[in-house]
Amino acid sequence: MSRIETTFAQLKEKQRKALIPFITAGDPGLEVTVPLMHAMVEAGADVIELGVPFSDPMADGPVIQKACERALAAGTGLRDVLAMVREFRRGDDQTPVVLMGYLNPVEIMGYERFAETCVEVGVDGVLLVDLPPEECDEIGPLFKERGIDLIFLVAPTTTEARIARIAEAASGYLYYVSLKGVTGAASLNVEEVAARVETIRNLAQLPIGVGFGIKDAQSAQAVSRVADGVVVGSALVNQVAAHADEPMAITPAVSEILADMRAAMDKL
Amino acid sequence: MTQRPDSTQTPDYGAFPDARGHFGRFGGRFVSETLMAALDELETMYRRLKDDPQFQADFDYDLAHYVGRPSPLYLAERWTEQLGGARIWLKREDLNHTGAHKVNNTIGQALLAKHMGKKRVIAETGAGQHGVASATVAARLGLECHVFMGEEDIRRQRLNVYRMKLLGAEVVPVTSGSRTLKDAMNEAMRDWVTNVDDTFYIIGTVAGPHPYPMLVRDFQSVIGREAREQSLAQAGKLPDALVACVGGGSNAIGLFHPFLNDEGVAMYGVEAAGDGVDTGRHAAPLSVGRPGVLHGNRTYLMEDDNGQIIETHSVSAGLDYPGVGPEHAWLKDIGRVNYVSADDNEALAAFRELTRVEGIMPALESAHALAYARKLAPTLGKDQDIVVNLSGRGDKDILTVAEIDGINF
Repeated sequence: MSRIETTFAQLKEKQRKALIPFITAGDPGLEVTVPLMHAMVEAGADVIELGVPFSDPMADGPVIQKACERALAAGTGLRDVLAMVREFRRGDDQTPVVLMGYLNPVEIMGYERFAETCVEVGVDGVLLVDLPPEECDEIGPLFKERGIDLIFLVAPTTTEARIARIAEAASGYLYYVSLKGVTGAASLNVEEVAARVETIRNLAQLPIGVGFGIKDAQSAQAVSRVADGVVVGSALVNQVAAHADEPMAITPAVSEILADMRAAMDKL
Repeated sequence: MTQRPDSTQTPDYGAFPDARGHFGRFGGRFVSETLMAALDELETMYRRLKDDPQFQADFDYDLAHYVGRPSPLYLAERWTEQLGGARIWLKREDLNHTGAHKVNNTIGQALLAKHMGKKRVIAETGAGQHGVASATVAARLGLECHVFMGEEDIRRQRLNVYRMKLLGAEVVPVTSGSRTLKDAMNEAMRDWVTNVDDTFYIIGTVAGPHPYPMLVRDFQSVIGREAREQSLAQAGKLPDALVACVGGGSNAIGLFHPFLNDEGVAMYGVEAAGDGVDTGRHAAPLSVGRPGVLHGNRTYLMEDDNGQIIETHSVSAGLDYPGVGPEHAWLKDIGRVNYVSADDNEALAAFRELTRVEGIMPALESAHALAYARKLAPTLGKDQDIVVNLSGRGDKDILTVAEIDGINF
C-alpha cells in the first residue's frame, strides 16, 4: 500500500478527515520549507502538498503567484524541491508528500528521470495542474509502474463521463476544485460542494479532497463533513507572505491556523 | 531550398491536427480541469459550424463587407527594382478594417461566440492589434469586452489602448511577470476559468489549447487562399517563396497553410531576434528555444534549465512572446518551413525603407518579414516571385519609432 492509501485508510478507521496543507516550496527561501513541513505535520497535517514554483502559474490567484515569484527569486528549481523532500524524509517516513505544480519543469527534467527521482527521494504523488488524463499516455505508465500516485483535479464543470475517466487514470485521491476560479478565490458554497462530492463518490472509489476557497477553521470543518480531505493553500501562503521578512515567524503563524482547523475538523 | 526529412511520403498538411489537437508531438490541450468542458464545447460547436454553409456564408459576408476583403496582392515595383532580384509582392493585410490581419480571426470567433450564446468576450493583446480587433467585433455585436494587456505594452502602444477604450472595451493592465503578452495570456486564462459560463475567450494567435490553433488557422487561411488565387491570376504562377513574421504565428500560418501541399513553394517564418539571437534578448523560440508546455500546448519555448519561461525582447510588442503556435513547431521539425530571424535594427531599417520607397508604412511586426525578404530577393532570379505578408500597418508604431529617433510628441 502506498503512503497515501495507508494514510486515508487509517484516517477512515479513526473516522477522521485528512488535513492537507499546501505551501510553495522555497517560499520565501529554500531553508524555510523543510522545517515548515515538519511543523505542519506536528500541527495536524496528514498529507503535504508541496508546490513547485513556476513562472507562469495560470491556474493560480495572486497569493500563489506571488509565492512562486518569491520562490523563483530565491532560486528554487524542481531539483531543489526534490532535494527538500529527501531531507524531509530523514525525519518523517510516514507523512505522504504530493508535488503540485505545472508540467513544464517536469517536461524539461524528463518524465523518466523525474519519476525515478520521485521514488528515490520519497515523493508519493504528483498533481500537475495543466496535465489532463488525455495527455498522460507517456507519463501515466512511468508513474504507475513506480507506485507514484497521479492525482487529478475534478472541477465544477467536469461532466460525469469525464469524472469516470479521470477516476480511471487517477490514484491516491481526487482533488475536487470547489469553485470556478483560481486558487485563493472567493468562498465556497458548502451545499454545492456536498452535492458534487456525492456525484463523484458514485463514480469513483478514491478518497476525495476538496480545495480552493477554504479560508479558516469554520470552512475546513464544513468541508470535512462532506469530503475525505480538506486542502488549504492560499490561507497558509498568506501567512508566509505576511512574514516573508521574518522567516522565524512563519512556522508559528502557519501552525496556528492548521491547529485550529485540525481541532475544528476533529470536533465532528 | 526547403529541407525535407527522410520520408518517402509527404504528409497531407490539411489533415492536421489529429483528433486531439496534435501536430506531431506538438499542440494538444494542457489546461486545468475547469476549462476542459469549455474547450470540448467550443470544439464541438466549431466542428459543426465549420462545414455549415450558412456559417461560412456569414463569415465570408463579414470579411467582404466589414473587413474589406479580398486584400490586394500588390507588386512592389520600385522596391523590387532597388533590390535587383525576385519580384516582391505584398499581401496587403494592412488595408483590412482595424489595420491588420487580426480581424479575420476575431470576426470568426465572434460568430462562434454568438452561436454559443456568450455575452462577454475576453482577449489578450501584445501590440494591441488583436485587442482592437476584438473590441471592434464586440462593439459591433454589443458584447461586453475585456482586453488583458501587459503594463509594459500599454506604455508602448498607448494609441491602441485608447482606441480600445473608444470602442467600449475595458483594458485590464497586467502587472505580473514580464508585463507583456505571455502574462496577458495568463491573466486572460484566469479570467476565463472564473467566468467560464458566460465568457468566450478570443485567443489572438495560433497558440493555446486545442481547438484554438486549428480554428484560428482556419479563419486566417483566407490570407493564403486569396494570395494563391491572386498569384495565379497576377503572376501567372505560384510564388517561389512566402515570407511572414512569426510571433505566435497567426499571419504566417494564414499565408502558409493553403500552400503547404504545393511542394515548389518555399516558406520562411521570420522571428524577432531583438538585440540578436546570441544576446539572450530576443523572441525567437524556434531559432534557439526548445520544446515545452505553456498556455495549453506543447511547442518551442524560451525557457531556462529549470523549465521557467524567460523574458523576451523585441522592438515590436506583437512578436514579444516566448512561445509559438504548435503547427509552426511541427513544420520546423519536419522541415517544411524555414524559420529565420531579423533583429530590431533590421526591422527598423525595413520599416523606413518600405515607407520611403513604396509609400507604405508597415507595422514593426511585418517589418521583420520585410527585413528577411530584403535579404532573400537578391538571391533569387528576376523571374521569381516572393509573397510577403504585410500583416499590419505601422500607424500604431509611430510613437515607438519617434522615440527611437529621439522625438517626443
